[in-house]
Order: sequence, then C-alpha cells, then structure tokens
Amino acid sequence: MSQNIYFNKEHEQVRKALRDFVNKRINPFVDEWEAQGIAPLHELFKEMGELGFLGIRYDPKYGGEGLDYWYETVMLEEISRIKCGAIPMAIAVQTNMATPAIDQFGSEYLKEKYLQAAIKGEMVGAIAVTEPGAGSDVAALQTFARRDGDSYILNGSKTYITNGTQADFLTLLARTSDAPGYHSFSLFVVPTGLPGFKISKKLDKLGMRSSDTAELYFDDLRIPAENLIGEEGEGFIYQMQQFQHERFAALPMCYVGGEDMIRETVEYLRGRIVFGKPLIKRQVLRHRLVQWLSELESLRQLTYHIVRLKEAGRDVTREISMGKLLGGDLLNKIADGCLQMYGGMGFMNEMRVSRFFRDARLISIGGGASEVMSEVLAKLEGF
Amino acid sequence: MAKKADGPVVQEYFTKEQQRLRMAARDVIKKEVLPYIDEWEEAGEFPREMYTLFGDLGFLGVGYDESIGGSGGDVFDQIVLTEELMRSGSGGFAAGLGSLNIAIPPIVRRGTDEQRERFVRPVLEGKRIAALGVTEPGGGSDVANLQTTAVRDGDHYVVNGSKTFITSGVRADQLTCAVRTGGPGAHGISFLVIEKETPGYAVGRSLKKTGWWASDTAEIFFDNCRVPAENLIGEENQGFYAIMENFQSERLSLSVMANMTAQMALEESMRYTKERQAFGKPLQGFQVTRHKLVDMATLVEVSREFTYRVAAKINAGIEQIKEISMAKNFACSVADRVTYDAVQLFGGYGYMRGYLVERLYRDNRILTIGGGTTEIMKEIISKLM
Repeated sequence: MSQNIYFNKEHEQVRKALRDFVNKRINPFVDEWEAQGIAPLHELFKEMGELGFLGIRYDPKYGGEGLDYWYETVMLEEISRIKCGAIPMAIAVQTNMATPAIDQFGSEYLKEKYLQAAIKGEMVGAIAVTEPGAGSDVAALQTFARRDGDSYILNGSKTYITNGTQADFLTLLARTSDAPGYHSFSLFVVPTGLPGFKISKKLDKLGMRSSDTAELYFDDLRIPAENLIGEEGEGFIYQMQQFQHERFAALPMCYVGGEDMIRETVEYLRGRIVFGKPLIKRQVLRHRLVQWLSELESLRQLTYHIVRLKEAGRDVTREISMGKLLGGDLLNKIADGCLQMYGGMGFMNEMRVSRFFRDARLISIGGGASEVMSEVLAKLEGF
Repeated sequence: MAKKADGPVVQEYFTKEQQRLRMAARDVIKKEVLPYIDEWEEAGEFPREMYTLFGDLGFLGVGYDESIGGSGGDVFDQIVLTEELMRSGSGGFAAGLGSLNIAIPPIVRRGTDEQRERFVRPVLEGKRIAALGVTEPGGGSDVANLQTTAVRDGDHYVVNGSKTFITSGVRADQLTCAVRTGGPGAHGISFLVIEKETPGYAVGRSLKKTGWWASDTAEIFFDNCRVPAENLIGEENQGFYAIMENFQSERLSLSVMANMTAQMALEESMRYTKERQAFGKPLQGFQVTRHKLVDMATLVEVSREFTYRVAAKINAGIEQIKEISMAKNFACSVADRVTYDAVQLFGGYGYMRGYLVERLYRDNRILTIGGGTTEIMKEIISKLM
C-alpha cells in the first residue's frame, strides 16, 4: 500500500463518503449498465450532486464545496474504484471536462444557470470538441457559429461525445472566424433542447460500454449570445486550459484503476492451482506484478507533485502531459498483462479483467492521444 | 524451388497449385463471407451452411489424404487456407470453421479405418461439425491434471466432468475429448470421440468473449455419459502424447493467424494514414508515423518468414516442438504490438465498432492464450533448451 503523507482526517472523511457511495450506489449496477450500453446519469448525478461530489472545487455561491485540488484528487481516486471505465469517465466529464471553463471564464449568468445545475446534478453536461475530420488537430475544426444579432447560428457536427445522448448542455468549441490561427474559436454553452440539435447516432465501441457516446449534428441551431463563455475568439485558449483538468483526471484512473485490477488479479492467482501450486507462487508472475506496482507508484507520486504545483498556482501542462503519456501506456500494459494471467477466463466477457482490457484502450487515445501529449511536450521542451 | 536467371536458388514456400488454391479460396471468401461477416459477428455465429459450402469445395479437406475424404495437400496448403480464411477479417470465423483441424488429427493419426469413416469423412465433407475438448474449468495449460473421468463399464465408458472454452462447442456433433481413464498424471489420459446425442452430454451457454464473436464457444457437461468403447482413439492411457502431438499443428495454425492479424492491421494502417489528414498533411507525412509503420512491417515480415521456415521443417517431418513454440510466441507478440499500434494510428475511429482494426485488436487477444499460453510456451522451450 502506498504511504500517505498528503491526506488528513478531513480528506479521509470525504474519501470514505465517496467510497461508500461507489460501493453501494454504483458498483452493484455496473454490470447492468454495461449490458444496456448506457447509465442513468440524471438519477446518478442527482444523488451525487446532493452529496456534494460534483462541485468539490467550485464556489459555494453556486452550490460547490469550495475545496482544494487535494479533495478533487480524493474524488477522482475514489471514482476510479468503480468497476468499469465508463462511469468514472461520465462523472469526470461533468466535473473536469465540461464545467471548468464555465467556472473559470463564464459569466455570472452561465454560472448560475449551468454550473450550478451541473454541480447539483440537475443537468448532465458534455464536452464537444472532436469532429469527424479533426480530433487531436483542434485547429482543423469546421463547426461554425456565425453571429446574427443576439445569437450565434451553429452548423456542423461533433463526434465521440461522451454522455452525448443524455446531455442537457454541451460545452462546445466552434469556429467563429475563418481567419487562420488560434483566435478564431469560441467556447459556448449549448443547451441540447434547442431546435436544430440532432443526435446523428449513438456509437458502438470497443469498450467503455456503459458510456453513451454520440455523434451530434447542428443545423442552424440558434445559440443565445449570452451563452458565449468569456470572450469571442478566446475559445481555443480556454479549451487548452480546460484540457488540463480533463487530462489530470486520467492520472488517478490509471494508478488507482491499475492497482485495483492488480489486487483483484492477485486474489485470483492465489486461488488458481496449476501444476500443483497456486499461480502466485510463480516467480515470473510475481516479478511482473511488482514491476507494474512500481511504475504505478511513480505515477501516483508524479500526480501528487502536480497537485502541489497546482496548489502553488503553477502551470502544470508539462507534468500533466507526461503523466497522461506514461499512464495511458502503463494502464494498457497492465490490462494486457492481468488478462494474460487469467488465461482463457480472461477472454470471457463475464470477467472484469476483459472489460478492464477493453476500457483501458481508450486512455491513450481520449482527451488527447499519446502522440498529442508527445507533441505538446516536444514543443514545451523547445525541440 | 524457383530459379532467378542464373543466380542462386530462392526457396519458395508455395507452389503454383497452392497459389491457385489461394486465389480460389480468396474468391469464395470475398463472395460468400465478406458481405455478411459483420452480421455474423453480431449474431455470435455464422450459418451452418458454411461448413457444407467449404466442404463441397474441398477446402475443409485440405491437408488430409484423399483416401479418408480429404483433398490432399500439405502443411503449406493448410497455411494458404488459414491465411485466406483470416481475410474474412474475423478470427472467429476462421477458428470456428477450422475447428476440425484441432479435432480430427488425433483420429486421422491414431484412429482405426472405421473411426475415420465415421468421424473424419463426414467432417471433411462439412456434414458434421467437430470440436476438440481438452480444457476444463479447473485447468487449461495443466493438461496432465485434467479431471473429467471415463470409467470402463462393459463395452462403454461412463464419462463425468466438464470441458470449457470449446471452439464450435455449441454446434459440434462430435467432441474429440480428453478424459482420465487411468491414474493421476499424464499416463492416465485417453481420447474419446463423444457424440452430441449421447445421453448425459449437455451443452452449456454460448460464452460471451472479448473477441472471436463469430465463433460459438461453449462449456460442455458430462453426466454419466455412456460412450461406446469403440470410440476410444488409439490406445487407452496414451492420450497425453496424442494431445501434445496435436498441439504442434494447432500452434502453427495460431502463428499463421497471428501473422495474418498483424498483416491486415498493417495494411489497414497503411491505407488510413495515407488518407487521413491532420495538421494539414496526411498522417504518413509525419516521421513518427512512417517509422511506426516501418517497425510494424519489419516485425510482420520477420515473423512470417520464421513461421514459414518452421512450417517447412514440420512439412519435412522434422520435430519442431521448441521452434513452433518460439514461432507462436514471436508471432503473437508481433500481432499484439501491431494491432495496438494500428488502433493508435486510427485514433478515436480505432475504438469504434465497424472498423476492422477494432475487431483485429479484440480477436488478437486470445492468440497468446489459446493453444497454450505464452507462459506455457516458455516452459516448453526452456525444457528443450
């Protein structure tokens, strides 16, 4: 077990409340939601909102808890104990992907109407950046919001939108000018109830089965101008900052999720007798397990270092990018390795490890692929 | 052997006839399988008529002697067929249709003429589906420790126990089944052919898997299942050797499947990275992408050549237990790496159903486990070193 030096009694109380909630209100239903390909996010978020889990860092003025990044880390660590990748992702969309920019750059109106509702769990949010023709290459986005009097008229499409079929609002990045460069984009809060909003299709995926992922389509959708987040033309800059919250959330998913899977695998290896002794007695397997634990511990400590830097107000783009780059590959290595230790059983859907293997594959792609992390880092290093 | 001008001899693995077989098989896959394969994958099985179709065309009999209903041909004919079945893009289809190749060789090698007529000929004709039953819920790789018992009672064996992860197990008409007829350990194991309609034979649920969806995989239970003693293959308590013998061809086949999985992932990646634009140029315009593709291609090339070399030795009757175990491990590790990289190159699309690389990634995962895990291969290799 990792030695704790950062978390005090209050943190541990929040941890316990979250852990109880995950054990009672989420984990028993995960199999059912995975089979259905969707989870009842409105119900779930309402409950989580009432318990204060969705607004850990946000201003109490809007229903938040006003706590620091350590508490947020506790929250992310505990949702990473959920027995699938999709539900932690859905929650992180609400807390770390679709709302940080509203909190940081949004008007009083947007905070009262949307941030508050997201914190209370009364609305489900989604983040809409990726398009069919542009994922990591954000500057190639085509979806356009044209100013027209008191509104913007939105046309285009977005894809791989997590929570996409259930979302009440999208935090959406669109082009507002044809000019090249990074100041041609704006970030909007787009309510999905407006005319012109269409769900083209719900996507069928390798993993993250209980997450509803959608392709969305906008046909002359009129966004009220007051739904613009911050200033027009600054959306790309805002989104780059918002990405840091999104990518940070992937780190606990890797070191907590990975360790949880290892512990479960070890229990299996203790009970599985092959050639007359339990598999855990095999040196090769034991060495593989401690290698992974060592790498996970390094990632955990890098994460805590990032939290300390964030608390000190530093820019942590470099460290978060490094963490996601390492974490994505590490989680896939562990998922593959644990499945191998289960043998044929591991290939069967009824085993959690097979789900873990399928879910892990997204971590090195979503929220900026490993290649994009490498590009960010190379630029920061001046290479 | 082909000769290039007056230069040195280049050893070719495939003859002209085998090239023709390849073209014929490819054509059938393109017309009869590819248009429907997505549907079959979703349904969790392919139509039973595929067995009769491929039987009628003589494809199921490839590698088996004409005297027992086969089409003749050697190890390389079988490789051709496996490679072309994999072109369906579904490892499950290839494994399901090909389950006879793990189920009937023990009968071909060690069975009587009468057994070959009953249990081989109709399978090669596609009229009966054959499956192999070795793995049990309590033991996969540890074959010598298997628990299913067959107790002699007059001219029958009474079988009790269960088998799992049986490819084609839901639909199989006959199971080449490893049972314990003697004491503990390797010397107490025999092969019995157990027919589906035997009282006490029960098929469990069709197992839901990470990949190989088009293949029906089942648990099978035996409850005082009375099997005629004439269904014993070879000598009593000599089954362990038959299992080990059988593994050599199964592992060759899995190596070929791994190489083809990697080959297709590479081809898809080449095509996609040429088309897909990012940051104003095709993905292939990026050095890292190009170098990744080169690494993938190099691994596939080396792995395929090594597998063919080992196959050539097997074809010549040379024992290749150590080498085929190495080939399987190498080919599977190449396919692991190449399918992972292919998904990565496809980005978000690689995670979506409907893209071949997504299926290849899922289907590939079983290859380092089935037919003996990578770890078991290493145990075998280390003993033979």
